Amino acid sequence: MAKMHVKMTVNGKAVEALAEPRTLLIHLLREDLNITGPHIGCETSHCGACTIDMDGKSVKSCTVFVGQADGADITTVEGLVNDDGSLGVIQEQFREHHGLQCGFCTPGMITRAHRLLQENPTPTESEVRMGMSGNLCRCTGYQNIVKAIMASADTLNAQKEAAE
Amino acid sequence: MNDLTPTAEERAANLKGMGSSRKRVEDVRFTQGKGNYVDDIKLPDMLFGDFVRTPYAHAKVISVNKDAALALPGVIAVLTAEDLAPLGLHWMPTLAGDKQMVLADGKVLFQGQEVAFVVAEDRYIAADAVELVEVEYEELPVVVDPFKALEPDAPVLREDLRDNMEGAHGPRKHNNHIFTWEQGDKDATEAVLAEADVVAEEMVYYHRCHPCPLETCGSVASMDAVTGKLTLWGTFQAPHAVRTVASLISGIAEHNIRVISPDIGGGFGNKVGVYPGYVCSIVASIVTGKPVKWVEDRMDNLMSTAFARDYWMQGKIAATKEGRITGLWCHTTADHGGFDACADPTKFPAGFMNICTGSYDIPVAYLAVDGVYTNKAPGGVAYRCSFRVTEAAYFIERMIEVLSIKLNMDAAELRRINFIKADQFPYNSALGWEYDSGDYHTAWDKALAAVDYPGLRTEQAQRLEDFKAGKTRKLMGIGLTHFTEIVGAGPVKNCDILGLGMFDSCEIRIHPTGSAIARLGTISQGQGHATTFAQILASEIGLPADDITIEEGDTDTAPYGLGTYGSRSTPVAGAATAMAGRKIRAKAQMIAAYLLEVHDDDVEFDVDRFAVKGAPERFKTMKDIAFAAYNQAIPGLEPGLEAVSYYDPPNMTYPFGAYVCVIDVDVDTGEVDIRRFYALDDCGTRINPMIIEGQVHGGLTEALAIAMGQEISYDDMGNHKTATLMDFFMPTAWETPHYETDHTTTPSPHHPIGAKGVGESPNVGGVPCFSNAVHDAFRGFGLTQTHMPHDHWRVWKTANDLGLHG
Repeated sequence: MAKMHVKMTVNGKAVEALAEPRTLLIHLLREDLNITGPHIGCETSHCGACTIDMDGKSVKSCTVFVGQADGADITTVEGLVNDDGSLGVIQEQFREHHGLQCGFCTPGMITRAHRLLQENPTPTESEVRMGMSGNLCRCTGYQNIVKAIMASADTLNAQKEAAE
Repeated sequence: MNDLTPTAEERAANLKGMGSSRKRVEDVRFTQGKGNYVDDIKLPDMLFGDFVRTPYAHAKVISVNKDAALALPGVIAVLTAEDLAPLGLHWMPTLAGDKQMVLADGKVLFQGQEVAFVVAEDRYIAADAVELVEVEYEELPVVVDPFKALEPDAPVLREDLRDNMEGAHGPRKHNNHIFTWEQGDKDATEAVLAEADVVAEEMVYYHRCHPCPLETCGSVASMDAVTGKLTLWGTFQAPHAVRTVASLISGIAEHNIRVISPDIGGGFGNKVGVYPGYVCSIVASIVTGKPVKWVEDRMDNLMSTAFARDYWMQGKIAATKEGRITGLWCHTTADHGGFDACADPTKFPAGFMNICTGSYDIPVAYLAVDGVYTNKAPGGVAYRCSFRVTEAAYFIERMIEVLSIKLNMDAAELRRINFIKADQFPYNSALGWEYDSGDYHTAWDKALAAVDYPGLRTEQAQRLEDFKAGKTRKLMGIGLTHFTEIVGAGPVKNCDILGLGMFDSCEIRIHPTGSAIARLGTISQGQGHATTFAQILASEIGLPADDITIEEGDTDTAPYGLGTYGSRSTPVAGAATAMAGRKIRAKAQMIAAYLLEVHDDDVEFDVDRFAVKGAPERFKTMKDIAFAAYNQAIPGLEPGLEAVSYYDPPNMTYPFGAYVCVIDVDVDTGEVDIRRFYALDDCGTRINPMIIEGQVHGGLTEALAIAMGQEISYDDMGNHKTATLMDFFMPTAWETPHYETDHTTTPSPHHPIGAKGVGESPNVGGVPCFSNAVHDAFRGFGLTQTHMPHDHWRVWKTANDLGLHG
C-alpha cells in the first residue's frame, strides 16, 4: 500500500514518518516513534489507555488515522514530565495518592487528567468522575485516581497563584 | 548516646518496613509511561502473528486454504493443525488435566476458537492475511446449556473423548461430562435435611464473566537457532510453570528456555492459563528463525481466553426454627466450555468450592460438582479469587439470605448466631478445611455499628411505607455479607498444578555496602510487590526498604515458584521472604558477635542492628555487618551474605470480612444508586495499609461490575454477544461509588509474619454484598432469588414481575 508522508509535533519535537494512510496513530507512536507510554486496551475507543493530547483535546489514538494527525501538536504522558526529568504535578500526585496499580491505564489517565484540569481547573469530585469516564481502570476502583486529580488541581492552582 | 541518637522507633520508621504506607517504587516508571509491557517489546526482524478464528460454535473443519494468504506480500507463514501435528503441538495439555486444541484439529468447539495462525511482517499484513485464509466448515448442532449437554441424545462435543469414560478426575457419566467431585457426608446431610424444622432451597446461578484485564494476553517468542535457546516474554502470572510446561510440550530442554514476565497490565486470573497464542508464537519463531509477537485484541480476549464462573448451584440449607443452621447441601453444575482449562490445583477440579460453608459453624455438609462440556470458550479461571472461592461465597451468602426470608428473621442476626466463634479456631469445617484464625463477631459488630444498622432498617421500613403510599418510586436495599476466604495455595501435600508443588520462594543477596536484591518466584501484576516485599525484608533484616531491589518474573534469575494468583503471593512468597530474611539475620548475628568479640548468644537484634545484650551502646548495624561479610575472614563462616528459602506453607490462610452496602432502586428505570459501601477486611498482619486499601477499592469495583452488569453471554447458536467493551460492562469512575474501608487484625498463627493476603477478598465479599442489596430491596414484595447481573433491565424486570409497575 502506498505510504503517505506525515509531519507532526510530538512532545515538543518535530517528527516525520512514512506510513500507510490506514495506519492508526497509536501504532505510529508506539512502533515507529517508540513512544510506548500510550497503550492499546481495546482498539474501539472504549478504554482510553491510548489517550493522548492532540491540538488541545483529549483524543483516543487507537481510532485516529495518521492522516488525521498530519500537522498536529501531540502530547503523550512522556511529555508531561518536568524539564529536569522529575515527575510532573499530576504524575507525582498519582504516585502520592496510590492512583495506579498495574500502570497500564495510567498514561491515558494522566494525559486525560492533564487536559481535564485545563478545561476545568477547579473541578468538583463529581466533575472529575464524569470528566474521566472515558478512561477505564481495572485495578484502582478510581477512588485514588479521583483523589490524585483533586490534589493535582489544588497544587496546580497554588502554583499558578504563586506565579501571579 | 545523647538526645540526637535516634530512638528505636525513629530507626524503625527509617526502614519503611511492615505497617508503613510506603509510596510505591513502581510508580516512578509507570506514571511517565516507562513501563515495559509485552507489546512494548521490539526485537530486530520481529514478525507478528494473528489468528484465523471460527465464526461457528460447533462445526467440522472441512478444509483450510492458505494460498491467497501466502500470496500476499509480507506474509511469511500460515500454520494449521496439520503443520503442528508432526511436532505433536496441535494439542496441548491444560492445567486441569484435560487437553486442548492449539489449532482446530478437524472440528471447532466454540466461536472464536483458533483455526490457523498467520505470521507476517507487520500486524496490518497479518490482519489482511487472516481475511484471505479460506476455511470451509460444516455446521454441527450447538449446545450452550450445560443441562441440555447432559441429556441422553445431546450431540457429542469432544469426539476425541467419545466413549472414554475415565476422565482426569474419575469416571465420566456422559460424553459431555467431565467429572464429578464430591466432598462431605452425603447421607448424614440428607438425614439432617429430612428431619429439619426448616429447609430453604434455591438455585443460585453465578453467571459467566471474564477477568478482562486492561492489557490483553500476548507473547514474544525468540528462538536462537545458533544457541538453541528460546526466550519467551509473555503475560504470565506463573512464569516458572510456563517454562516447565513449554519444555514438556516442546521437548526443548528446560535450561534452554528462558521465560520472562515483563510488567503485566493486570491479570485477575486471565493470565494464569497457557493459550494457543503462546504455543503458536513459539512454533512460528522456530519455523521462521525470527522473533514472533502475538498480542490479542480485546475481542480475542473476551471470546477465547479464560472466562470465569458459570456455576449453577442448587442449594438446600437446614435450620432449627430459632435459626441455628444444622446442615448444608449443594449440587453444582459447572459449565467449563469446550475444554476443561481451569487452573485449579490438581486434586481440586472444582477449586476450593468446598469453602462454601462460609463463616458459619455448620455441623454437616455435602457438596457435589459436575463439570460439563459445552460449545463455549474454555476456562473457568479464578477471576480475582482463589479457585472458585467467589462462587462459594456467593452461594452461602445467598443461601443465608434465602433462609432468613424463610425464617422471617433479620439476616444480620441469623449470621451472628451461626458464626464460628473466636474460641473455636483452629476450626475444622464439615467440608474438610482447617480455618486458621478468625474473630467474626468482633468484625460483624464493628461493621454494623459503623453503618448504624438499626437506623438503616428503620429508614428502610419507612421508605417501604412511603412507597406503598405512593410517595416515592424508590426502594431501599441493605446488602450484608460476611465472607471467609481460603487463599495462599498451598501446602505441597495437597496442592499442585501439573505435579508442581505450590510452594514459593525468595532468594536474597546482600551487597557489601548494605543494600540488597531479593528475587521471588511470584510476579506482580499491579499488586506492588516491588514495594511490599521490600518492606517485609526491611523489618526482617534491618536494611531500609529503599535500599532493597525486588525482582520477579525472569526464570533465568528468579528461584522457582508457582506465581501470583489466588492471593498466594503474600501467604506463600511473603512467608518465603520472611524466612530467607531470618536466615540472613542468623548469619548476621554470628558476624556481629565476632565483630563485637562476644558469644553469638550475647547479641540481640534491635531494628537495624545487633547489640550486645545489656549494653545497647555496643552494636554493629546491618550495614556494618554486610560489609564485614565481604571483607573479614571470619573463622567458621563462609564469606558473603545470601540466603534462599523455599516455603511450603503448613496450611492455607483464611482472610475474612464484613461488608455492608446501601442502595436505592428506582423501580421504574431499574437504576440502582449505591449510596454507601462499607468494607471491613481482616487480612491478618497488614504490610502496607495504603496498598491494602487500594486493593480493596479495586476488588470492590470488579465486584460491582460482576454483580451489576458484567456478563459473558451467548445466544442459542453459540454466538458470543458480549465481545467488545460496548457490550461487556466495565464501570467507569462515574458509576463507581466511593468506598469506606475499615479493618480488624487477626494474624494467621502459622504464617511467619501473620499475613493472610487481601487482593481478592473485596471481590469475593463484594459480589454477594451488592447482589444481596438488590434482593433486599425487593424482599418486602416476596422476592427470594433472581439472577445476576443486576443491570437496569433485569432490575426493572424484577420490579415488573413483582407487579410494581401497576
